[in-house]
Amino acid sequence: MGVVRVEELVKRYPKSQVNAVDGVSFEIEAGEVFGLLGPNGAGKTTTVGVLTTRVRPTSGRASIDGVDVVADPVGVRRQLAVVPQRSNLDRAISIRDNLIFHAAYHGVPPKVREARADELLGQFGLADRSSSRPDFFSGGQSQRVMIARALMHRPKVLFLDEPTTGLDPAARLFVWDRLRELRDAGVTLLLTTHDMHEAAALSDRVGIMDHGKLLALDSPEGLMRSLAGETTLELAADEPADGTLADALAALPGVERVERLQGSPEDGDAFRVRLYLAGEAAPLVAPAAAALAEQGLALNDVRFGTATLEDVFINLTGRSLR
Amino acid sequence: MTAASIPLESGSRAGAFLAVLHRDLYVTWKELPAFLAQVILQPLFLLFVFGKVLGSLGYTQHGYADLLFPGLLGLTVVLTSIQALAFPLVAEFGWTREIEDRLLAPMPTSYVAAEKILFAMLRAFGATLIMIPIGYAILGHIPWQWRNTGWFVAALVLGALVGAGLGLLIGTLVQPQRINIVFSLVFTPLLFTGCTQYPWPSLARLRWFQVITAGNPMTYVSEMMRGALTPSVPHIQPWICLVVALGAIALLLTVGVRGFYRRAID
Repeated sequence: MGVVRVEELVKRYPKSQVNAVDGVSFEIEAGEVFGLLGPNGAGKTTTVGVLTTRVRPTSGRASIDGVDVVADPVGVRRQLAVVPQRSNLDRAISIRDNLIFHAAYHGVPPKVREARADELLGQFGLADRSSSRPDFFSGGQSQRVMIARALMHRPKVLFLDEPTTGLDPAARLFVWDRLRELRDAGVTLLLTTHDMHEAAALSDRVGIMDHGKLLALDSPEGLMRSLAGETTLELAADEPADGTLADALAALPGVERVERLQGSPEDGDAFRVRLYLAGEAAPLVAPAAAALAEQGLALNDVRFGTATLEDVFINLTGRSLR
Repeated sequence: MTAASIPLESGSRAGAFLAVLHRDLYVTWKELPAFLAQVILQPLFLLFVFGKVLGSLGYTQHGYADLLFPGLLGLTVVLTSIQALAFPLVAEFGWTREIEDRLLAPMPTSYVAAEKILFAMLRAFGATLIMIPIGYAILGHIPWQWRNTGWFVAALVLGALVGAGLGLLIGTLVQPQRINIVFSLVFTPLLFTGCTQYPWPSLARLRWFQVITAGNPMTYVSEMMRGALTPSVPHIQPWICLVVALGAIALLLTVGVRGFYRRAID
């Protein structure tokens, strides 16, 4: 049985015409990294809000490790920790005290919490800043402190909201490494993100949400496989073309779908198109070039690719994330 | 290590409550000079100017300081309690979001609100009790009736609760960007209509103002203090003050706690 269970969850906020979360069900196994992906307003934050006892569900059920979030919110709070996107650190006390008081709230004995705070501060590269107040910390430093704080009471499930949005590349890799270590230690992670790259890099499974519904749920590889064609072929030409060329390309063997992309005439590619293929891309280059030549266009760029999570997302929701 | 083998710390609800209270007291202790400046300066100057300076210059009658002092205790206990609750709450719900870590602590949401109330009361007690030696230092003596100590304590507790109720109300209803204007609009009228500087019965000559002051819950705290410390000055009967103050507290806390829940849980 999953450590996180969500069954037919519905949340409608007062005075709202639509459900923010509209019948969502999923389970997360212990030790799994689960990514919840979706644009702003998709219902991710509300779903996590219900699981973390900050949002009361309208109907449906949600539980952490068998403890129901509505029946026993205090019991649920013992099992989880939350790392928000924006810092909510206690600014009146040092970061070490932030860790220690958090542990005290959760009943960790004094000696244990002191030792654990020092250990985590070291592990997160914060030992030399341990007596500083969080006021002037950078986004990356705050993020590290908040993850360290979350681990002080050894939660079973850790919720992270956009864990590396706005961090520089080094800080981002550092956080990713720490999160992978946590997964290896058996902590269940639920991250909400609208960063495809992050979701694909960290998650064992990804749920894609939009308009309050869970549209797809699978491993990142599975999601990408599910997309029509595993490979793509991108073609560009220097002259604009009409719809008949797209039709001609779609008629080629192995082409499952044709997507017109935004060309940029100043770069010399007034026409740009992406073909989603069932098989290998290379054998199609020659027939595609021939189809272009028939329309009087010269091929000036060819790119091979495999479907990304972003392609899956756009295919499901019909819109780009950023 | 698997998830099942991760030892789970299970703190008690009371333990979480006390840990949060400990944090608040720890911060107050670390910032003691700032706390003292914040709570003492205003009543100190009021006492000095109205009780000492004006009296020495002959602009106030002999005995005015005795009448003012209990009122200032009422003022201090109510205003300190409001400030200790409203200011941090507006910030914590508004922009620092510091309260989130407490709301996720293993205790009911009502405990988080209760801790805020208790802490505001403790600060208010501290600030008010400090006024006693300060009163001695400035005035040379203070009015005090040992036999009325019970009423003094009652006034102290009720005043702190009135302030906590008002603070909770302001702290959960006011948007962060409006906090400055709300404080001007609420504090100044509260300060001058709370019968701090004059006993309520003496306002009979100014009937309309007497009616206004009757609507300020602080009036009943000041009058109760007066009943305890300077019973010879005409004042509202302490038991009337008690009943009205309890009613005001019940109303303020009911609305305030509801507001707290609304902000804490969607």
